[in-house]
Amino acid sequence: MTSTLRQRLTPLLAGTCIALGLGMAPAGAETLTIGFLAPMTGGFAQVGQDMVNGFQLYLDQHDNKLGGMDVKFIVEDEQAKSDLAVTKAKKLVLQDGAQMFIGGLLASTGYALAPVSTETKTIYISSVPAADDLTQRQFDKYPYFIRTSWTSSQPHQPLGQWACDQGYKKVVAIAADYAFGYEVVGGFQKVFEDCGGKVIQKIWPPLGTKDFGPYIPTMKADADAIFSLMVGPMSLQFPKQLRGAGIKKPIIGGGTSYDEFALPFMSDEVIGDVSALHYSAAIETPKNEAFVKAYRAKYSKVPSYYAENNYTTAEWIDETIKKSGGKWPGAEAFIKTMQGIKLDSVRGPLVMDDMRNPIENIYIKKVEKKKMFGYDKDELWNTVIKTYPNVSQFWTYGKETFLKQPVYSKDFPPCKYCD
Amino acid sequence: MTTQTIKIVAVAIAMVVLALLVPRSGNFVVLLATRAMTFAILAMSLDILLGFTGLASLGQAAYFGMGAYLAAILVAKYHVGLGWDFWLVVVLGILCGAALAAFFGLFAMRATGTYFLMITLALGQCIWGLAYRWSSMTGGDNGLNLGARPDFGLNLSDPIVYFYLVFAFFGASLLLLYLLVRSPFGLTLMGIRERELRMQILGYNTWLHKYVAFIIAGAFGGLSGVLWAYTNGIVTPETVVLTTSVDALLMTVLGGAGTLIGGAIGAAIVFGLREYLSTLVPWWQYVLGAIYVMTILYLPTGLMGIPARVRQYLRSNREQAKKKLVSVPS
Repeated sequence: MTSTLRQRLTPLLAGTCIALGLGMAPAGAETLTIGFLAPMTGGFAQVGQDMVNGFQLYLDQHDNKLGGMDVKFIVEDEQAKSDLAVTKAKKLVLQDGAQMFIGGLLASTGYALAPVSTETKTIYISSVPAADDLTQRQFDKYPYFIRTSWTSSQPHQPLGQWACDQGYKKVVAIAADYAFGYEVVGGFQKVFEDCGGKVIQKIWPPLGTKDFGPYIPTMKADADAIFSLMVGPMSLQFPKQLRGAGIKKPIIGGGTSYDEFALPFMSDEVIGDVSALHYSAAIETPKNEAFVKAYRAKYSKVPSYYAENNYTTAEWIDETIKKSGGKWPGAEAFIKTMQGIKLDSVRGPLVMDDMRNPIENIYIKKVEKKKMFGYDKDELWNTVIKTYPNVSQFWTYGKETFLKQPVYSKDFPPCKYCD
Repeated sequence: MTTQTIKIVAVAIAMVVLALLVPRSGNFVVLLATRAMTFAILAMSLDILLGFTGLASLGQAAYFGMGAYLAAILVAKYHVGLGWDFWLVVVLGILCGAALAAFFGLFAMRATGTYFLMITLALGQCIWGLAYRWSSMTGGDNGLNLGARPDFGLNLSDPIVYFYLVFAFFGASLLLLYLLVRSPFGLTLMGIRERELRMQILGYNTWLHKYVAFIIAGAFGGLSGVLWAYTNGIVTPETVVLTTSVDALLMTVLGGAGTLIGGAIGAAIVFGLREYLSTLVPWWQYVLGAIYVMTILYLPTGLMGIPARVRQYLRSNREQAKKKLVSVPS
């Protein structure tokens, strides 16, 4: 009887303590409570694990301290569902007294979490979600939002330029049918066509397509190259089926089509395929080599951009707290300080633009089979073949001109050369 | 007191305890309880079909999604529903849920059993496809943000005020649905569940009864959808996806189909495990899985079947004891 009574009372007492503690937690706190949202169960669990690994690696390397503050790192499973991510973010803020929450995976989750930061006046750092408008047309709505990763179109605008420079004239685009796909294709198409190229067809297979059989025969034969944007298991299936159908045209892909996360599961037919992203595990700098080795020693796999972006996010917070004198400066001041930090990160130099999205190097990468960083086996790596330094989310258009056009979508830019 | 009265009193006491205790247990618990109650309305609406009419539907998320998207579109695109017109949105949500069910019912009611399951599943997926593909209206994969909650003297942005509002809707839905299933109409539904042919021979228009039950379930589904949209502040295709329908079905079965309150209990348990236990331990999925399996194996009547089982067990014990008493002297 006593034991059951105690069992019943404990949560109640705990609840009361939390309720009482809430009011005083942030003032003069020595610890920095960071809430981290990533899918830990379900179809995206492996990606979520990469995200956590990256952040955790940085903490482990720095005695669990950022800028001198002890860190309480709380990971919550958002299950790749945006409404659950909102609930968990509120839990982190309301119950754990987190000063900031980080993460979310899908672009839709980013759109769901940003309003929570405004509502609770808590910092939200998007270390993965790439939805363009959060740091573009909807920027004013989210004063506590800052992004350490990328916008969907950011790497693919330079890729459009690169494709044009290669002399490709006509391109067929095939991309996953959702907002991220539209923004990726939109960025590529805009720059490619402004340079004189033509996107002659756009094909939209649904997200999670397992059989490209119905789509491959409809692809126009007179294209010089194929632009693909695949996500998750789609990226394994598409090159296999395309090459299997005997189509030898060059593929230029969106970043997630050839992410390090997918490479170990791919076979040799992807060698030579080109993609663009703000990170490659094969960047040949001492800092990246050290990162890849440390990551691999701990988790026995090559870091993906999901891991690197979160590692760098931790570094960015570290530098911000250092600059604030080793203590929590409050949300407004934190954002302001963080925006001013220049970082020499694993993936290259980073600066925030005035809409709180990084200006960063974009790497055009080619899949090659080789040995790297002293590992003894031949593996697939994303060799960097061209670097576009310090690329802004607005590419070369300038902020004003860029923001006048609507967000990239299925209908923008219009497919002028499709019949 | 009959068992029915005892049950009603127990539910009433539980409701009062819920209303008094939750607001004192921290903001996160308030949010979870609000979410669970919203979903409980959906589970109870499904129970009208599953438990009382014997129609296992896998498309209840369609009406839920209809209500949720209606609220989100009105708020985000037309700025309707952030003041007194919140009530207008609620009424519209109920009507649209009912209208959609009336339309879908024309197709679904032609089938029974597994075929009914398949048709409702397919119709539900139509709504999902619409939510996913009609980007200009629904925001596609990114969904729609509602921003702030309504303020009409009562500021619903306050989590506790909103909790009581949802609590009131939940209580009202429970009461209305209870009156419905106890009415002659509800009894007819149960007759159809037991033996449709016999009801037909008795002269009942069973198609019409089932059709009306389907529409009523749709109306309550629409209501829960509207509340869900305001609860989360965001609506995405994830809201309408097949797993939402499956969740509702599992919750109803877990709590006990044909008991109404069972759906609410199921919702509380599933939300408690999935959203509260998952903040404490990484192996919450095993607990949820084990509970599902154990319920199906040992409690086919759901958790609400426990009292009946206990009574049955006690009675058989008593009878055996009586037999022994009788047999000893002779």
